Amino acid sequence: MEKSIFAYQSEPTEYIKSGDSGAIEALIPERFLQRQEPDLPQATEQDVIRHFSRLAGLNYSVDTGFYPLGSCTMKYNPKINEAVADLPGLAGVHPYQDEKSIQGVLELAYGLEQFLLAVSGFQGLTLQPAAGAHGEITGILLIKAYHRLASKKEKRRIILVPDTAHGTNPATAALAGYEVRQVKSDEAGDIDLADLKQNLSPEVAALMLTNPNTLGLFEKNILQVSKMVHEAGALLYGDGANFNALLGLVKPADLGFDVMHFNLHKTFSTPHGGGGPGAGAVGVVEKLIPFLPVPLVKKKGEKFYFDYKVKHSIGKVRSFYGNFLIAVRAYAYFLALGEEGIKKVGRQSILNANYLLRKLKDVYEWPYRRSCMHEFVITPKTGWQVNTLDIAKRIIDYGYHPPTIYFPLIVHEAMMIEPTETETKNTLDEFSAALLSIAQEAQTTPELLKKAPVNSPVGRLDEARAARQLILKYEKAR
Amino acid sequence: MVPAELKYSESHEWVKQEGNTVIIGITDYAQEELGDIVFVEVPKPGRELKQKESFGVAESVKAVSDLFSPVSGKVVAVNEELSKTPELVNKEPYTGGWIIKVELSQAGELSGLMSAEQYEKLIKEGH
Ligand SMILES: Cc1ncc(COP(=O)(O)O)c(C=O)c1O
Repeated sequence: MEKSIFAYQSEPTEYIKSGDSGAIEALIPERFLQRQEPDLPQATEQDVIRHFSRLAGLNYSVDTGFYPLGSCTMKYNPKINEAVADLPGLAGVHPYQDEKSIQGVLELAYGLEQFLLAVSGFQGLTLQPAAGAHGEITGILLIKAYHRLASKKEKRRIILVPDTAHGTNPATAALAGYEVRQVKSDEAGDIDLADLKQNLSPEVAALMLTNPNTLGLFEKNILQVSKMVHEAGALLYGDGANFNALLGLVKPADLGFDVMHFNLHKTFSTPHGGGGPGAGAVGVVEKLIPFLPVPLVKKKGEKFYFDYKVKHSIGKVRSFYGNFLIAVRAYAYFLALGEEGIKKVGRQSILNANYLLRKLKDVYEWPYRRSCMHEFVITPKTGWQVNTLDIAKRIIDYGYHPPTIYFPLIVHEAMMIEPTETETKNTLDEFSAALLSIAQEAQTTPELLKKAPVNSPVGRLDEARAARQLILKYEKAR
Repeated sequence: MVPAELKYSESHEWVKQEGNTVIIGITDYAQEELGDIVFVEVPKPGRELKQKESFGVAESVKAVSDLFSPVSGKVVAVNEELSKTPELVNKEPYTGGWIIKVELSQAGELSGLMSAEQYEKLIKEGH
């Protein structure tokens, strides 16, 4: 008789047998056991690989093209960041490892903190939060703890938020249990001082301010704003999403901010990739240090250690120590740029944005006619038969990721453009040529824009359907 | 499109009087500004509202906006259709896309609302 190809194989060992699911089943109550095969999609390995390779090819990223998504700081993420984060000594550490065996890791966390403190002027910092919005809630909880300790009869139940603020600001304040009050912007695009004054009261815990604000404008009355806020006994929260514009130029603590989050995935060139992981380090002034999340990374002599003795700590805001490998990338970015390089970031981002603005300002509507910081807002001219969505879709046909649209909310048909400092003059010239050409089309052949995009793998999508008909789990096609 | 027989608020709600109750929705201008609406949060019937109080939320692909009651009174009905088909607010803002019915507690408030003519002027000025 012919021998089986697998004849050499012996019976399964006891070891393999004991891994038999029967043993595990015995431990689980019957009602928690699923007796049917799960209804999962079936495809060959080859088809799965093809599917995902195809999707990867369709993906648009900073590595494939210009990505002027306002407020998101889509700067180039240097590949050395990845190489460093891949080093086995960093990628392979375990969070339960003994402090003695991870001195280098602690030194790196400590070092990044020192860098961030140096560029911001703050005195204390946590690397735990996993995103900007997470940094916001951490910062607001610090403010809440501070007010509580200061007065037993704590009455501060309101947080002020300008009408230009990113949606996460009011959401954060509400989640922290505060009532949110909106403060108007004035004609020039700054926070309206009269309206601020009217809203400030002994019930206000903090003002959340973004500077430069989401119009891409430097809040020119910032020193007066911080004075007013402090005189009312409130604290000034800084949304650091736009910190890139200030990097190397201005320290937020010098402007009067008491606490600010850094979006490491924006300003410090770590990936935004698919929504994360991000990192939202939070810096604070001296008086908020006693409330920071535990543990803090400290240095004693030549040794680094975790300090859990933070007197009034709000506790942990994230498991272990945050998205540590993102911190590694930010650290690599600091080292690669060096003192001189870091000092140029803000300047160059402002220069790039103003260069682009000057090319576009006469052809598009330019609602706030001031030099911008790292980004600016323009809109279609009145009278054009197209809206901002049409223009954004047409930009896809020209091979670019569209800018942020319909934000900030106070600008009708807003289009918010942030080129970042890492783009060349050549790229900016090409992009502005595309936008000028689209402006021409908007006036001569608006139907081209209405139909756009036509040069992309899919045409104009129904923007609302995915939100109206949520499909959140695998279902067999009907 | 601003129907002449309705009253309007500065926050872009319309009010239609039917005896001592009113029907409330958002205007065509408001739905156009919001863009495709994907979710409308409505209050529970029975809730007492004060004038200008937020009674719900309209979420569109562009933004999330509070809805403000142009009048004081008790919510007596809500448009159940909107939970399944929020796009009614886009398609038929003045009819099928109505949002709540309120029993007036201060009927005098109605005279403080804008006429169609006044509202038309307001949106022309771009508010
Ligand atoms: C101004 C502003 N604030 C806060 C955030 C929230 O940051 P994150 O997306 O990291 O949570 C963003 C993000 O886009 C933003 O642009």
